Amino acid sequence: MPRLIRMDQAGHTTLAEWTAGEEHAVQRALSAFREELDRGYIAVVSHQDGTAELVRELPLDAPLVIMRRPIAGG
Amino acid sequence: MHAALTSESAEGLPELASVHWRPRVDARLLARRGRVWTAWSLAHPVPFTAIGVALVALRPVLAPISIALFVQAWIIPELYANRGAKVLQQRRRAGDDAERTALLLLGDLLDTSARELHADTGLAVQPGALGVWLVGEAGAVLVAPGGRRTFCYCVRVTGEALPSSDLIAHLLLALRADEAGFATVANLTFSGARWRVRRRMAADTRPALDAAVRIVRDR
Repeated sequence: MPRLIRMDQAGHTTLAEWTAGEEHAVQRALSAFREELDRGYIAVVSHQDGTAELVRELPLDAPLVIMRRPIAGG
Repeated sequence: MHAALTSESAEGLPELASVHWRPRVDARLLARRGRVWTAWSLAHPVPFTAIGVALVALRPVLAPISIALFVQAWIIPELYANRGAKVLQQRRRAGDDAERTALLLLGDLLDTSARELHADTGLAVQPGALGVWLVGEAGAVLVAPGGRRTFCYCVRVTGEALPSSDLIAHLLLALRADEAGFATVANLTFSGARWRVRRRMAADTRPALDAAVRIVRDR
């Protein structure tokens, strides 16, 4: 089942889970996704081959979408 | 080991907007920065050593001053290397629920060998197009092709404190999404010979650097 998670002080928090066709769950996931983007989080899809992709729209077919905070030079 | 990051990201890191004046890092720019760091590393010890030798040659009684100059010539490059190695310094990992949860996610992001290396050293290894990266909680070290030169980057996750594994996962995901962008956003604190960084690293983290060197040499 695809998941939207946010990395936070709890380690990570699952914000939404959905399956294709579950309109209500998908809408909840889209809403949570937009909310996190508005809070300044950045969405990343991690691929099995060890690469990652930045996304601005929730990819409903991705197994795991991770919301991370911005980084900055230390 | 996961495949190396080989292609340019379709979309650059959003964080690049905060450092818009910086040129985007590529292999050529890195090589140039490496040469500048080498010159900078020589610019300190050479004059001090030369003056120290000249003083002793002219007036042997000035030997104590020469010794002070030699110490100065030695210590300044060491301080730079120490600053570089510090980017991989780790907090003591808390054994709380948050850390365990974060560790599960990080473990999912890493393949078996990288996971084992992280368990042993607290650092994540990531092959890239620019070399092989070692990612810690507050920075990353890039082992350049050939394995002899390192680039030490200081980079942090903004906002409130996070579990150690989450910090590494943040940096790892940013690096995987846009390697050149990551190297542009991060601050370069040192570049120089691998051995100079290695001897300043904590003993339990050195195997991670050795592993990165093996990977870069096997490519």
